[in-house]
Amino acid sequence: MKVDKKARAGTLESGDLFVTIEPSEKLEISLESPVKDQYGDAILQTVRELLDQWGVESGRITLADQGALDCTIRARLTTALRRAGSQGDKS
Amino acid sequence: MRRSLLFIPGNRPNMIQNGEVLPADALIFDLEDSVVAQDKDAARDLVAQALSSLDFGSRERLVRINGMDTGLAGADLDAMVGSGVDTILLPKVMGAGTVEEAASLLEHAERAHDRQVGSTSIVALLETALGIERAFEVAGASPRVTGLALGGEDLSADLGCSRTREGWEIFYSRSRLVLAAKAHGLDALDTPFIDVHDLEGCRLDTLFAKQLGFTGKLCISPFHLEVIHQAFMPGKEEIDYARALILAMKESEALGQGALSFRGRMIDPPVLRQAQRMLELAGLAGLPLDEEADHDQG
Repeated sequence: MKVDKKARAGTLESGDLFVTIEPSEKLEISLESPVKDQYGDAILQTVRELLDQWGVESGRITLADQGALDCTIRARLTTALRRAGSQGDKS
Repeated sequence: MRRSLLFIPGNRPNMIQNGEVLPADALIFDLEDSVVAQDKDAARDLVAQALSSLDFGSRERLVRINGMDTGLAGADLDAMVGSGVDTILLPKVMGAGTVEEAASLLEHAERAHDRQVGSTSIVALLETALGIERAFEVAGASPRVTGLALGGEDLSADLGCSRTREGWEIFYSRSRLVLAAKAHGLDALDTPFIDVHDLEGCRLDTLFAKQLGFTGKLCISPFHLEVIHQAFMPGKEEIDYARALILAMKESEALGQGALSFRGRMIDPPVLRQAQRMLELAGLAGLPLDEEADHDQG
């Protein structure tokens, strides 16, 4: 999937994840989280798994985590990816 | 058992994860009224992921999808069936056609996701004058329908009347829905009590609904759960009667007898089912069920 346009999903409420995706020539992922020291690696692993599933090879992914569970991370990233792509779905 | 069915907004992760510990009998993840138009896709993704990965124990997991006339229902149903939802709360049901259309989409989704055809049930939410008038045909529209629920707020708007604490403006609609549901052997689920802080009002509203024949109540606040459960709790006399009746029935069966007469009254299957439900409710409250009880058979 190609990131064609800027898209957002999620909120900054407790337990949520706010995701921003923008077109970029390379893949860049940045994470802010109050639990980054404890769970940062696990969050990024989930994100990379999902990006692989969607075939995303480039794009700027900004993650503002508010203590989201794994299922919330997957849901918010999925929504943002769908909104950012021209295909409207996985490709 | 559906005494309490608690709505949880479908785009609020913290509320969804709280559903793992809330003592409701059933959870309704809402994709409809509590979700703004621009976040319908986000709520669908979030609820689907939650259903796939969170542990809600033995609670029934319902999802209120968007209406069949919104253009969103097909995607909602497909995602929820793919995530293993138990039951669809189908809003704005106007007649048998609404249920039949949803049932057809469910069958398609179940085949696509390798789920048993017919495994997803439907609770039909009646919230318009036309829907109430057609309650009986809705109840019999599909074997998937396991309950009828009343949406009192939208109904009142459709009727052009104001909701009151006493609820007499929806009295006829409540009774109509109960009759239709019971005629088809379905659950009758009452409209939520919407004043979150008025626990006494919720208690009285629930007792009134129980008296009319409702078997459970929709709920918009966790604060109402205990009140609803208490209101649906049978009294000691009811429990004692049910316990004695069941015991008499077992003895009658052991003796190979047919029709059962109990305390001067012929007992038929609906009375037995009612007694069994009483004991189920008592069991949920942790009351003892195995005490010997006096009875006079014959």
